[in-house]
Amino acid sequence: MVVYLLGRISGIAIVFVIVSMLAFVLMHSVPGGPFDETNQPLPPEAKANILRKYGLDRPLYEQYFNYMGSALHGDFGISFQSPTETVMQLIARAWPTSMQLGGMAILLAFTLGLIAGTLSAVYQNTWIDYVVTFVSALGITVPNFVIALWLLLAFAVGLGWLPTGGWPSSGSGDLKTLIMPVITLSLGPTALVARYTRSSLVEVLHAEYIRTARAKGLMETAVVARHALKNALIPLITILGPQIPNLITGTIFVEVIYRVPGLGKFFVTSITLRDYPMIMATMLLVATLWSFTYLASDLLYTVVDPRIRLFGRAT
Amino acid sequence: MSAVTVGSVVAPRAALQIRPPATLWRDAVRRFKRNKLAVGALAVMVLLIGAAVFADLIAPARYDYSVLAEANQFPNRLHLAGTDGVGRDFLSRLIYGARVSLTVGISVQAFALLIGVTLGTLAGSFSGWVDYVVMRVVEVFTSIPIFLFALFLISLWRGLDVFGGNGLINVIVAIGLISWIDICRLTRAQLFSLREKEFVLASHAMGASRFHIALRHMLPNALAPLIVAVTLGIPTAIFTEAGLSFLGFGINDPLPSWGKMVADSLGYVRVYWYLGLFPTFVLALTMLSFSFVGDGLRDALDPQLGKR
Repeated sequence: MVVYLLGRISGIAIVFVIVSMLAFVLMHSVPGGPFDETNQPLPPEAKANILRKYGLDRPLYEQYFNYMGSALHGDFGISFQSPTETVMQLIARAWPTSMQLGGMAILLAFTLGLIAGTLSAVYQNTWIDYVVTFVSALGITVPNFVIALWLLLAFAVGLGWLPTGGWPSSGSGDLKTLIMPVITLSLGPTALVARYTRSSLVEVLHAEYIRTARAKGLMETAVVARHALKNALIPLITILGPQIPNLITGTIFVEVIYRVPGLGKFFVTSITLRDYPMIMATMLLVATLWSFTYLASDLLYTVVDPRIRLFGRAT
Repeated sequence: MSAVTVGSVVAPRAALQIRPPATLWRDAVRRFKRNKLAVGALAVMVLLIGAAVFADLIAPARYDYSVLAEANQFPNRLHLAGTDGVGRDFLSRLIYGARVSLTVGISVQAFALLIGVTLGTLAGSFSGWVDYVVMRVVEVFTSIPIFLFALFLISLWRGLDVFGGNGLINVIVAIGLISWIDICRLTRAQLFSLREKEFVLASHAMGASRFHIALRHMLPNALAPLIVAVTLGIPTAIFTEAGLSFLGFGINDPLPSWGKMVADSLGYVRVYWYLGLFPTFVLALTMLSFSFVGDGLRDALDPQLGKR
């Protein structure tokens, strides 16, 4: 167990180093630094001063080690696009909004997806099944900014029931502003959950212990809810894992369309504005989150299904 | 099968004329035809490809021809899909947009095939340290936020002015660089499973080189899943292009891109609703048709999968 974990974590560390170097080198090879001189030409002395202040006059490898040194202590530097805050403060301000949005969307997705998937498996090859299968195919394929625009056109422009955008915490809207972003963001995962639930439940329902449960006279609802679902839910771990890092990156389009003040927007602006510290921080944040959710979902597998072993002797 | 070759020549031939022998591909076509949804999707797909190829003939105007006096017209008889903010015929831009989208989708997959199959074949047939290195590269690529990576690469190339121009090549190379991973994994996994098969062992016993075995015996057998992966990869690439253009990192004006058209419409969505509706509609149609064809192909080529 310990050996396995150490192996996996050192693997993550290697990836982390490679990603950070790659991002750092690429970032610095873009011409045009963060200090734009086309509008405000600087005297050479002033420029040298600024470069020295941010350590940009040092050789690249030295900058890298300095940066990574402080990054490992939790200091990601000062954001160039909003120089009054550190990168950590900026992330701390914007990320909760993205997380709330994503969290609500995932909750909704799992609730709806489970219900739809279960119905579709239990009533296999009836119209319920066909509707669920078709709608989930739509949900998986149609990109979320397309859905976002359709909802916007239908409910905000056409019917006028909902505001076109905003977010409760930003003071520019009420709770109604939550509805469309959350629904838009949840449609893809809902479809995915429904599809997975359906296929694994269909398989489980043919298992022999289900026949036993039926034979001993259990009600069908009890068979499905207590015996079948429990085992059918295991593959859902595979979906839940990647959804968590998506809480940050996947919300970009929804945040832009519905004007939600989340982290997604900063990804785009930090790249256009060559905000080096912010780019590094977000890249590393997502890479770390990604690696650890994969590790966590692999470990979770062994907990929920004892037949799966990642380490030790296979029996 | 051996009965055909060993037995008399005449009888089997007569039998062949009545019913051609079932090959993988014939069976696949037969199964595909039975899938109504996939056949319908294929028709839409062919239509879209036709529109993209013959855009010059179909489109009522050039995509960059603007008449300022006719700006922001709602759909009417002269401009079936209306005009945009600078008076360009919107229908023409949608049609040329299909050309851009499909060019991106197909080129990206060609690019991804080239890298993915090469690396996957190397990893799958040479295992050992080659496999180790390739898999580490794949691992790095799966743990970076790939969409951000694409944004990043494009801003880099723009800054250096590597590919210049309308942004088309930027987009293709950037999406290509993030799309080869699945194909590489798939190829490697296929080769791994094929390596244990008897016919590979047989050709190995006859002294064929590993390179020859990989190219002539194993890759053709891995073709079916690769075709499915590529068909399903095209809509993903189209969506990624639309997303990049939506954020302003993709195709540059005046070349039309559906994603960019959606983004441009956002400011006027309360009034000129058609500017947002039409591009999203064709985008969804394209994605759906390609995915349904891809799903149909998968069921047709691998009947074991769709049974449940």
